[in-house]
Amino acid sequence: MEEIISVEHLAFAYPGMEGQASVPVFEDLSLTIERGSFVAILGTNGCGKSTLAKHFNSILLPSGGKVYVGGIDTSDPDRIMAVRRCVGMVFQNPDNQIVANVVEEDVAFGPENLGIASPEIRRRVDKALKQVGMYEYREHAPHLLSGGQKQRIAIAGVIALEPKCIVLDEPTAMLDPRGRADVMETILRLNREKGITVVLITHHMDEAAMAQRVLVLHQGKVLSDGTPREVFSQVEKLHTIGLAAPETVELCWELNKKGYRLPLDELNPQECAQVLRDWLKT
Amino acid sequence: MLKDITLGQYFPGNSVIHRLDPRTKLISVVVYIVALFCAESWVSYGVMLAFLLAAITISKIPPKSIVRGMKPLIVILIFTGVLNLFYTDTGRVLVRFWKLAITDDGLTRAILMTGRILMLISGTFLLTYTTSPIALTDGLESLLNPLKKLHVPVHELSMMMCIALRFIPTLIEETDKIMSAQKARGADFESGSIIDRAKALIPVLVPLFISAFRRADELATAMECRCYQGGEGRTKMKLLRYGRNDFLAFLAEALLLAVVIALAFFGL
Repeated sequence: MEEIISVEHLAFAYPGMEGQASVPVFEDLSLTIERGSFVAILGTNGCGKSTLAKHFNSILLPSGGKVYVGGIDTSDPDRIMAVRRCVGMVFQNPDNQIVANVVEEDVAFGPENLGIASPEIRRRVDKALKQVGMYEYREHAPHLLSGGQKQRIAIAGVIALEPKCIVLDEPTAMLDPRGRADVMETILRLNREKGITVVLITHHMDEAAMAQRVLVLHQGKVLSDGTPREVFSQVEKLHTIGLAAPETVELCWELNKKGYRLPLDELNPQECAQVLRDWLKT
Repeated sequence: MLKDITLGQYFPGNSVIHRLDPRTKLISVVVYIVALFCAESWVSYGVMLAFLLAAITISKIPPKSIVRGMKPLIVILIFTGVLNLFYTDTGRVLVRFWKLAITDDGLTRAILMTGRILMLISGTFLLTYTTSPIALTDGLESLLNPLKKLHVPVHELSMMMCIALRFIPTLIEETDKIMSAQKARGADFESGSIIDRAKALIPVLVPLFISAFRRADELATAMECRCYQGGEGRTKMKLLRYGRNDFLAFLAEALLLAVVIALAFFGL
């Protein structure tokens, strides 16, 4: 499959504060993300997840190595807008991403920046709002909406730019369970129905389990990379860096410690229940 | 307590006034203010009040919310009233104590001046209540466009205004949260002298400012991500266009101004 993002020998360090040495985040990181895929990036705090995400969008530029987005070098100053049209970013706090006082005006912000003609902006805004299921709220004031709704507005604001890929940096961290479920459903739908590549940075294992591929970052390096089943069944490896597998896997892992022999690849309660039932029968 | 501030708030609606071009509304408010300052007599005040009430009725804005918006301005209103009451020494003396005298002229002036301020504020409230901040800044940007030739950063100013208005409710909410957090840790905002109370606000303002800067930083990143690169080459979803209603509004405003000036001319 064709790749949309490719990171080649990326090196990056945050400049140090006065008198202190700079803090290296990546020394030699290489990875690729395929077009149309849904990739979850996991890792503990400070492992470089958000820093990596900011490289996909020319917000940060590599100090060594290259990042290519849709074949474009992100460090090319003349192509920054092309990079940003290709990859959209959604951040953790929806309040700090919404520019305008009316939902539809906010969604229109991106296309307006591109200098698109007015009827086309209208079409894109309506389409984006329908895709995230917020069309009925188009004339509301964003600060009166719930967190999940605000985050879906932020997603609409990004897809109105018609990107090929969206990168979401912990989009559900500040939301209640209901808002989380709504946002996840929206993300999955965009990936499946519209073929938009999704890179989801998250702390929630159950969200990562919905992805096609999971990447675990640790100290600026890729620790594991594979399907959720492959990655989460390596429970010990996850534990060594302070992460946990989804609760269903953890349950079976604990049972195995007591001498049972259960598979470690059940990603949701249904699968787990099935495995336990099958095991009880034998 | 902070929830009472409705300054710069927009009430979405679909009345004729809501649908007017923002430029029409901006110019109308300016004309209305000019007319207000030309009005000198009870009769012309009556005309102004009738116009204002008609506009409020058409806009379908609940009058309660306009009254609520006045609350923070009570001090200024009382101050103006009292000052005018005692500062006028013409006319028949009604009450006298010590060196101060209240004359009938003074009473009239005090009522008219506070009335003028009240009508001035309600008029401008009507503008911000019926116009979304984006439409307002769009209108302002378009009206000020000729200044671009003089290198005035018109787009940047209107963008700043728009973001400031957008963040008023967010920051108010944040202030409330910080105040509750500080109260939970024993801070006291309600007792003591004015100086004590002002000092008590420092632990609120410091975190508020820090968080505002962090928000600004994140917002700037998010805006960049959405391809913002200044006003150059930017288009708008909603194009500004004058319609029939705008023409009628201008007509009504011109009529109002003419009537008030005519009344002043005849000394009424």
